[in-house]
Amino acid sequence: MTPSSSIAAPGATPAPEEHHDHHPSYLVDGTTIKSWLLTVDHKRIGLMFLFWVLLFFLVGGIFALLIRVELLTPGPTIMDAMTYNRTFTLHGLVMIFLFMIPAIPAVFGNFMLPLMLGAKDVAFPRLNLLSLYIYLAGAVLALWGMLNGGLDTGWTFYTPYSAHTTTTVAPVLFGAFIIGFSSIVTGINFIVTTHTMRAPGITWFKMPLFVWAIYATSCIQVLATPVIGLLLVLVTVENLFGFGMFDPARGGDPVLFQHLFWFYSHPAVYIMVLPSFGVMSEIVATYSRKNIFGYRAVAYSSLGIAFVGFFAWGHHMFVSGQSTFAGGLFGVLTMLVGVFTAIKVFNWVGTVYKGAVEFKTPFAYFCGFLFFTVFGGMTGIALGTVSLDVAWHDTYFVVAHFHFIMVGATIMAFLAALHYWFPKMFGRTYHEGWGLVSAALIILGFNATFIPQFLLGNNGMPRRYYEYPERFQALNVASTAGATLLAFGFIIIAMYLTYALIYGKASGKNPWRSKGYEWLSESPPPTHNFVGPQPVFPEEPHFYVDPKKAEVPDAV
Amino acid sequence: MQSSSHAAGGAAVPVPRLAGHFASLEVQNHAARLGMWLFLATEILLFAGLFICYGVYRFLFPEAWAAASRSLDLTLGTINTVVLITSSLTAALAVHYAKEGKNKMVAVQIALTLVMAVGFLVIKYFEYHHKFEIGTLPGRFYSYEGIQLPGVPLYFTVYFCATALHGIHVVIGMIVLAFSMVRALKKADFGPNNYTMVELGSMYWHLVDLVWIFLFPMLYLV
Ligand code: HEM
Ligand SMILES: [Cu+2]
Repeated sequence: MTPSSSIAAPGATPAPEEHHDHHPSYLVDGTTIKSWLLTVDHKRIGLMFLFWVLLFFLVGGIFALLIRVELLTPGPTIMDAMTYNRTFTLHGLVMIFLFMIPAIPAVFGNFMLPLMLGAKDVAFPRLNLLSLYIYLAGAVLALWGMLNGGLDTGWTFYTPYSAHTTTTVAPVLFGAFIIGFSSIVTGINFIVTTHTMRAPGITWFKMPLFVWAIYATSCIQVLATPVIGLLLVLVTVENLFGFGMFDPARGGDPVLFQHLFWFYSHPAVYIMVLPSFGVMSEIVATYSRKNIFGYRAVAYSSLGIAFVGFFAWGHHMFVSGQSTFAGGLFGVLTMLVGVFTAIKVFNWVGTVYKGAVEFKTPFAYFCGFLFFTVFGGMTGIALGTVSLDVAWHDTYFVVAHFHFIMVGATIMAFLAALHYWFPKMFGRTYHEGWGLVSAALIILGFNATFIPQFLLGNNGMPRRYYEYPERFQALNVASTAGATLLAFGFIIIAMYLTYALIYGKASGKNPWRSKGYEWLSESPPPTHNFVGPQPVFPEEPHFYVDPKKAEVPDAV
Repeated sequence: MQSSSHAAGGAAVPVPRLAGHFASLEVQNHAARLGMWLFLATEILLFAGLFICYGVYRFLFPEAWAAASRSLDLTLGTINTVVLITSSLTAALAVHYAKEGKNKMVAVQIALTLVMAVGFLVIKYFEYHHKFEIGTLPGRFYSYEGIQLPGVPLYFTVYFCATALHGIHVVIGMIVLAFSMVRALKKADFGPNNYTMVELGSMYWHLVDLVWIFLFPMLYLV
């Protein structure tokens, strides 16, 4: 028709493929390696992210076990002190930057967001692919640095130590900087997708709550990541060339580094945990068979958390010498985050209340999630109280707190999402019994690992120490035993999910009878997500008939 | 919806590609612009981190910063500011001509912008060169004896970090604009319906300009 419109006619739908009565699923539409590596299909990109994220989770997990084995005895057990420092640094870096930040947005966000919006793809598909390779490039650089010389600063890179240590700081920092780019690109892509790609009928308040959560997360990613990007570059040149920006020996201010670092890294904890909240909102509605209680409150509280999350960073610096007034102010602002989180918790509980609960594997993870979030959040409130934090700061209490809330909640949500959407992604079902057994094992293992650490911290054991007095040993052994249990849980999951991938029964389109938009498409979906013309979604995303009442609950 | 956007282009004007996953051209362009705005916001935040460092250290070492900033060459800085602002104008004109489909003029305006960008970098080179000679370098490399106040080396660290980061952005902006220029010359396919590429490049250039407008008074004037 026109000279340059070679890809598609300028119309609403891509050039219709004639004589086409069968739409292959995205999994088999193109089987060459190239068709995967160069794909622009958000679903394939999501799957590739899944592969890498799981691999890095394995790496981080192995290092976690090494740490726990080392701490089995008060003195040296399997490594020397320097190796220990490198091990916990590697563990933290890999888990935070390579697993937890991308885990849910890059895997399930990528896969589900367009489906949930009735879109054929994200707004910038090629940029999406690019973000995968940026992530990998950063990962390779960072891991290379960690294996060649290693890094012993901990994942927080505090100056002036990170400016002077002789270990290989620069490539790791620069790798983290590059990974940040991937995070920014993904965030921009999701925000634009949410704004521009919604199918007719999906207004802002008809979006699934998972979309809301991913949207809020993306806002934080876009706003916070540049600041840490700059900071990482500054520390890199500081370490390489002695620029002295944060080095007191040259007039610099290390506390300024901490401010800038936590300005990102506190919101970053919500980058990790907000997507989990989104996953849970989907799951709780589906398995309670009830419309989500207080849809708008849940949606807005995501934005609320994203917003106040930016003003709480100073609670990491109560003992850094900041003024008493600042300490008090940051303490109060920290509590505000708790308020927004509590709104969500009440709404989830309200949704389950009098619901017709189906206790499937994802729901089991929801229960674990609720416990970890409430318990972890409460300890956060306690830590936000300056006088208490002075005692607990940099002890195992803090380690237990952030593992409970960050790792506990994220892992619960990641596994819940993996099980919930497994049929959607692969069109197959897994063994429910094994699912429940491993969920129980993991939740148990988690508690067994970290509850002793709360006690250790409360008794005064500092974090990041290689040796400790005799009297801490019993609790450390308990913690290591819990970690072993946890590892078993993951091994079982890996086994039955791999089995399901190959031999699992066909799941059908919507095995959970969910009302989520993503289930309106085939399982697994075809390449452009929906067969036929632009789909229209008139209903609410969590629109279940209340089983206890005969009539339909009021739509929000 | 999409047929109207098509008709508006008329038969003679080339129509841009519509990627298959967008509902219409308007949506596609809207998405591109929104994405660019978000990206620019991240760029500003990147510099914001440096501005915070600047502010904090200026607060800690007021005399040193006043003294050190007087040692910069105000004339060269001013010339550079004028050059950069003018280049922003030509970049904007390029968008204007792209909307009218005057591809030659697009190329000319971008070429002018690029010339000024090079001019900016050349002047910057002379400023840097001077600093290398007298030793007002960042951190460990600082060897200047002229001003004896604590905090002066830190000033030059901030100076170099900020101007170097800005300089990198100048170079990236040049590459982005050059890309549009080649497109305008070779394919001549910019027109009322298809100027997003020039527009985005020009937006990026305005960012480069904007950052300098903050850097100049911060570093040279106060
Ligand atoms: C909702 C998700 C949350 C996540 C993912 C999270 C994560 C973390 C992490 C990773 C740390 C330790 C950082 C480090 O030093 O390495 C931390 C510390 C802290 N968290 Fe949380 N947190 C969350 C919620 C909260 C809440 C709701 C509060 C308070 C109401 C809170 C208060 C604190 C405080 C005060 C510290 C500093 C403890 C110290 O270093 O002395 N957190 N959190
Ligand atoms: Cu925090």
